[in-house]
Amino acid sequence: MSASYEEILEKVINALDGLTAAEVRLTEDSELVTELGLDSFKVLDLLMDIEDEFDISMPVNLLADVQTVKDLAHRIHAVINSGT
Amino acid sequence: MSLFAKFQPLMQDRHNLLGQGIDPFGAPIEEIYSATEARINGRRTILAGTNNYLGLTFDAASLSAAHAALDELGTGTTGSRMANGSFAGHRALEQEIAAFYGCAQAIVFTTGYQANLAVISGLTNNEDAILIDADSHASIYDGCRLSGADILRFRHNNPEDLDRRLRRLGARATTTLVIIEGIYSMLGDKARIREIIEVKNTHGAMLLVDEAHSLGVLGERGRGLVEEAGVIDDADFIAGTFSKSLASTGGYCVSNHPQLELIRYASRPYIFTASPCPSVIASTRAALQRVAHGGDLRARLWRHARRLYQHLLDAGYTLGPEPCPVIAALLDTREQALALWRGLHEHGVYVNLIFPPATPDGKSLVRISVSAAHTDEQIDKICAAFSALAPDYR
Repeated sequence: MSASYEEILEKVINALDGLTAAEVRLTEDSELVTELGLDSFKVLDLLMDIEDEFDISMPVNLLADVQTVKDLAHRIHAVINSGT
Repeated sequence: MSLFAKFQPLMQDRHNLLGQGIDPFGAPIEEIYSATEARINGRRTILAGTNNYLGLTFDAASLSAAHAALDELGTGTTGSRMANGSFAGHRALEQEIAAFYGCAQAIVFTTGYQANLAVISGLTNNEDAILIDADSHASIYDGCRLSGADILRFRHNNPEDLDRRLRRLGARATTTLVIIEGIYSMLGDKARIREIIEVKNTHGAMLLVDEAHSLGVLGERGRGLVEEAGVIDDADFIAGTFSKSLASTGGYCVSNHPQLELIRYASRPYIFTASPCPSVIASTRAALQRVAHGGDLRARLWRHARRLYQHLLDAGYTLGPEPCPVIAALLDTREQALALWRGLHEHGVYVNLIFPPATPDGKSLVRISVSAAHTDEQIDKICAAFSALAPDYR
């Protein structure tokens, strides 16, 4: 499959919407842990949802340098474009 | 800025939550009276959170074997299994564990934690993938990280989800290690192992089953879920710990794959640590014999577990999905769980308190582990304590 960065970003933000407090405003630069308050396992669960959404395999290892929503969207974009 | 700055939020959380009361995460056991009773914080307390499923910590044969080994072999091996730390007893225990499972190979490790680290990081590297149950124990996560392999998760105890994720891996599935646990330590639920084996066989993956909480507990001879489900020969690797039903410390892995033997040369957690003390090996060997002939203990354990599970359910607690010697009461908040833990402590009952993120679905847990050594009167008291506190926490 293929998807643009913008499409991926929109889906990531939609997925995060259900995991964060109602008053939190989600942007590309929102930090997953420090700002959105996601614990490590919520981030891992989010990753499983993303794998299902895009029908890809995305190893947990790829999260090592991911801090923001934008980082995550770029990682997903790279995995999809690599055809993995 | 200092090295310790990162601890500030943790220190603040700890202070806010625990205050000056007894710390549930390190309650000092001041004196041990038996396998199921001790003095904690000056109070005589029933131990209902010690993983001592068969109650063998004071088993006469195990004590006698340990005493003899201390006198004959000394207090420690002072070396790695790879150097001077493989005594005859270590090799004998490996042969006995292999025979217990009817497997060709067995390796003994210094702890159960290291068994998972050693086996996972020895079997896989950065060219491989590992698919683990989402509720896996920390030792499994850490072993995966040490391996350098691609780490993927499947939804807890869901063979259909595992199938979907293995299919996505395509040809890589044949170099994928799937990891499950016999009994999951948080909620006490059993793996759907027969369906999982069917799935892994379909895709040509390999399976590691961690029987840490199910060794001694499940199966006619206590060999865990693999025995209960009749699939010992279908699991590629079976690992476990000595620190629960076998009442000592250490870990093991058995397999019919001859390559398991090579882990001894390829796995840092096996090579770069001292081997188990001779007395530990001796008591474990004695306990293994008791486990293999422990149908009486398992019957008693399960009678207690079913009774306690039903009592807590009737009292209104939200519990894990099935009766098991691991019984978890699920609470919505940390404060509720801490208050229940402290209430139980005041009623003379010790259990485990577990907070997120180590827990499923962000719940907090008050977890009981039942023992065959509990008396009926002790189970009565545990039931009464939970009943007395139930109105506040249901």
